[in-house]
Amino acid sequence: MHEFRVKVGPAAFRIGSAWRKPIAQLAELYSDYPTPDIPDFTVRLEATSLFRRFVRPSVAINGDYMLPDAAPLPLEQSLLAAEMGMNLQMALGWRRHLILHASAVEKDGRALIMTGASGSGKSTLSAMLGNKGWRFMGDEFVLLDVLTGEAVPFPRLVSLKNEAIGAMQATAFDGRFGPLLTGTPKGSICHLVPPKSAVAAMHIPAKPALLLFPQYGYEPAIREVPPEETFMRLTQASTNYVALGEAGFTSLTRFIRSVPARSIDYSSGFEAESLVERLWSQLA
Amino acid sequence: MHMALPRRTFYRAEAANERLIEPLDAMTLVYQRRSGITHIVAEPVPEILAAMGEDVVDANTIAERLALDFDLDLSEAEAVITARLEELASLGLVEKVPGKDA
Repeated sequence: MHEFRVKVGPAAFRIGSAWRKPIAQLAELYSDYPTPDIPDFTVRLEATSLFRRFVRPSVAINGDYMLPDAAPLPLEQSLLAAEMGMNLQMALGWRRHLILHASAVEKDGRALIMTGASGSGKSTLSAMLGNKGWRFMGDEFVLLDVLTGEAVPFPRLVSLKNEAIGAMQATAFDGRFGPLLTGTPKGSICHLVPPKSAVAAMHIPAKPALLLFPQYGYEPAIREVPPEETFMRLTQASTNYVALGEAGFTSLTRFIRSVPARSIDYSSGFEAESLVERLWSQLA
Repeated sequence: MHMALPRRTFYRAEAANERLIEPLDAMTLVYQRRSGITHIVAEPVPEILAAMGEDVVDANTIAERLALDFDLDLSEAEAVITARLEELASLGLVEKVPGKDA
């Protein structure tokens, strides 16, 4: 089996693959990241059968934590399979932080956290802001330290979908993109390597300062989100709130008490950026 | 013929150190340590729990205690409080105390 190891934020992964190609792609895209000695999690990309290793190869995502009914992906999408496998390990297995399914960027030691359903634009916005003077902290998971309440970066590859791909290819970072994956369960996907500086600073946490619930496709608007609604939405956005027990409760309630929450509607990246900057400048 | 009076039911809230209470604006969160469950409650539940303290009390006593701080109609309040106590008992946040007669 071919193997690749990578550390993203505090989490160390070992990815094994029956094929060489996904490992070569991961090694190239994650070349700025450290190589850990001892992995927290193992992901295995395996053939669904011996036959399928060679003929119309089909990748099953296995590992320490697995979804029993996860559909296999064609070999061309094996990079996506690796990313999905790593996300799954974090979502189901990580216990050292409260995990929020959210993106984050940082400025002046303070974190802007964005959460919302798939298609809300949280991933694209974090990549866009990461290209405009903010430090990119992650587009998928925000890890809240249960003792300090700080947001810990998890800057894996940015997963751009559909129209966001073209938009970011026109402007992004130093422009290191993975292969364009078409016909995935979420449409077209292209991975973007975060800026080198964001990877170099991925051990540096930030104090959460603003929580946004972005919604793409509406006239620009800002709405204050009351704490009880924030609580409901963040328990849904957390993959390990229940598993952490009291540590999860105290972390989440501290977050809600101390971080203002707003929903923002927007219909273009430019609008979103100006709404974000406006809200950010209003923070005490 | 002898008519039995309905027996009053007594309740005791779970010990204060067995739960964490976090008021949000319109709701209150109650985290129960022994189950790990977060309950989301609205008024008058937090007020009822506060009025109970760690005593063994019935709905009437709770109503009297609440009337010191809130403007309430005692005759109506008792039925409302009893309904909430029954719900809290089914969640395990209060327990019914058997064998205590009025």
